[in-house]
Amino acid sequence: MVLVFFAYFALASIAAGVLTVALKHPVHCGLALLALLVHVSGLFILLNAEFLWAVQIIVYAGAILVLYLFVLMLMNLKTDDRYFHSSYLYFLVPAAIGSLFVLALLVRSPFGGAKGDATTEAILEKGDTHAVGIKMFSEYLLQFEIVGVFLLGAVIGAIVLAKTPKPASKERKV
Amino acid sequence: MIPLSAYVAVSAALFITGLLGVLIRRNFIIVLMSVEIMLNAANINLIAFSHYLESMAGQMVALFIIAIAAGEAAIGLAIIIVVFRGKISTNVDEMNFLKW
Repeated sequence: MVLVFFAYFALASIAAGVLTVALKHPVHCGLALLALLVHVSGLFILLNAEFLWAVQIIVYAGAILVLYLFVLMLMNLKTDDRYFHSSYLYFLVPAAIGSLFVLALLVRSPFGGAKGDATTEAILEKGDTHAVGIKMFSEYLLQFEIVGVFLLGAVIGAIVLAKTPKPASKERKV
Repeated sequence: MIPLSAYVAVSAALFITGLLGVLIRRNFIIVLMSVEIMLNAANINLIAFSHYLESMAGQMVALFIIAIAAGEAAIGLAIIIVVFRGKISTNVDEMNFLKW
């Protein structure tokens, strides 16, 4: 059952990613990006990361994508220029060989390593949100504060950039 | 049980898709969308390793990546508005007025 869900979410997210890159109209690309984000959040559920699923839906699909669609619909951005190198077909065979090599490495690798203390049972006992919260406000507190300052800077920067510029001479006259 | 390499393969496929989008498409806003695809591929990787290696560090970094993606989208779209107001094309190849 888990395998079926994994196959669905994985194939749908890859298909949505290809559509995002390939479609002509920018609004269609935005909607394909929405499908990609929702299916990637399904993969997060399969990995026992419910808090990140909620963040992905609220922040990515709810805020960032709406911002993109807002700008798309405010402006008439219908350029569809694409850039292909004149001899890009010659690179197809080396690219295929390289990706096969990477795939072989992936299948063979055991991905071993030192395991941490957050076992699946420990997370499922009190929930992923509890585990994330404890970790966030103890070990990663400084990074959390830095991200807060970064977001404040981004908000102020976006306002300053998007404000209608006033001519400097008018302000002097008053 | 799904092997970890399956998640890594999905993430690699999504990352390559996003990279091709950045390289091929010339519309500024679609280039930004392709960057979002690449950030999502990195998130899948981080959370998959976080689950299989039983550590919370991957989920923390994924959360910070989402926050930084939000800031990047806000700044990028503000730059698009400024460029569009100056009646310059949104083709990324023609935006070279900062070139020295």
